[in-house]
Amino acid sequence: MIYDSAKRKPPAIEELLALFRYRDLIYQLVRRDIVARYKRSFLGIAWTMLNPLGTMVIMVIVFSQVFNTVESYPSYVLTGLICWTMFSQSTSFSISMMVWGSKLFQQIYLPRASFVVSTILASMVNFLLSLVPLFLILVITKTPLGWSLLLLPFSMILILTFSMGFGFLISTLAVFFPDVEQMYPVLLTAWMYMSPIIIPIEFLEDVFNGWLLKLNPFYYVLNIFRIIVLNNSVPNFLDWGLAVLVSFGILIIGWLVFTKKADSFAYYV
Amino acid sequence: MSNSPKQENHSDSVIQLEDVSVCYRVPTESVGTFKEYMIRLVQGRIKHNKFYALQNINIDIKSGEIFGILGRNGAGKSTLLKVISNVLVPASGRVWTKGQISPLLQLGAGFHPELTGRENIYLNATLLGHKRKEIDEKIDEIIAFAEIGAFLETPLRTYSSGMQARLGFSVATAWQPDILILDEVLSVGDLEFQRKCFSRMASFRESGATVLMVSHEMKRVESICERAMWIEHGQIMAIGTAKDVCHNYKKSITK
Repeated sequence: MIYDSAKRKPPAIEELLALFRYRDLIYQLVRRDIVARYKRSFLGIAWTMLNPLGTMVIMVIVFSQVFNTVESYPSYVLTGLICWTMFSQSTSFSISMMVWGSKLFQQIYLPRASFVVSTILASMVNFLLSLVPLFLILVITKTPLGWSLLLLPFSMILILTFSMGFGFLISTLAVFFPDVEQMYPVLLTAWMYMSPIIIPIEFLEDVFNGWLLKLNPFYYVLNIFRIIVLNNSVPNFLDWGLAVLVSFGILIIGWLVFTKKADSFAYYV
Repeated sequence: MSNSPKQENHSDSVIQLEDVSVCYRVPTESVGTFKEYMIRLVQGRIKHNKFYALQNINIDIKSGEIFGILGRNGAGKSTLLKVISNVLVPASGRVWTKGQISPLLQLGAGFHPELTGRENIYLNATLLGHKRKEIDEKIDEIIAFAEIGAFLETPLRTYSSGMQARLGFSVATAWQPDILILDEVLSVGDLEFQRKCFSRMASFRESGATVLMVSHEMKRVESICERAMWIEHGQIMAIGTAKDVCHNYKKSITK
């Protein structure tokens, strides 16, 4: 086992290899996240499912009073909320994981990306669990379910990819500036209200000639999910292309930025 | 590296540092938050001072040596150890090490209170870079050494601090390192357990591990180490036989 600081590969490749060597660690971290989240609270799993349902009920009550909303509003809100929860929660958690992990990588060598990767993977479990209430509502509202649902895993992978990429970006920033952890929830709230999550998409389509939506990267990955679940149809080539471009684009950018800065993490925090 | 032919010269070396410098960028005024940073960036008011925690360090430690590192607090001792164990990447120079280095991890850092003792063993050992298979092989030994017996399947939050420390130590030292770093005096658990710790350290040494001993206790360095170095403000003040270095160090203190 030889370590030579003069013979290092480009950081993006070096970190990828290290991540592979430490794959057992990632498994343990994912496991820890899941066990710790659900072990002590009897209702842990139930809350994961009840949370989006509760928010949906509130939104339906509020919005049906304020606007003449779309008829399939409950399932619209629910699809938006569970995708958004996956994204916002996993990225927020990856910030706190990096803060926690910084105590460790100031003392021993670890692939620093393992904290972000494991957090996002653990959040996938929540994401999967929240599909239960979604299908419950789809059945209740008699939304037709079809073969297009077979594409759902792909669309979930796009949301995962997107979250991971953004998680890398935001946690890099959070290492250098501690107040990012406090600012991020505010940013998320603003972002959510500019996205077609709970706001009916009709209200956003005309803002700035539609540029508000077009410039919102989350819109593209969510769009695929909604087409599959709500329209019960297969997204067209352009929709897929844009979503893949956005989510993998962000992952690659996030990875490059994170790994480029990773060596200096131990100097900060 | 321009002087790459040097790499052939590793004969029974385990640690080689060539012109290693570590440099912290300290902002002249403290800019701790993103908001402040953005404001200052716009105003063009971000300036940094360079602070060298290590400067042009050259050392070559051979296999099996017991090497002492002397220096006051803040002299750069722990930075040096971090560079050697690949925690800090130096600003310039080259670090070359061979073999497994004992972890500098604070005992039990990375434990999770909700997980059981067994789960924490796996978590902690993978943090130290071990594979699951390796842990499977060692787990019985780790459990026995930590003396946690009946508590193995209960959450860590029910452990006493002594038990947690024992478990941490047991995991950290389950694998024989090639390079053993002795940083501070071990003060883990009760006397009985401390004795076990010392004997484990001694057995590592006897089986040929290279030892790096960091201390400001001259007497220990002088009696245990063959060679030593003394650093001050990140620079090597003296390097040579432990006796000479300790002599010089003593003179500087009494001055």
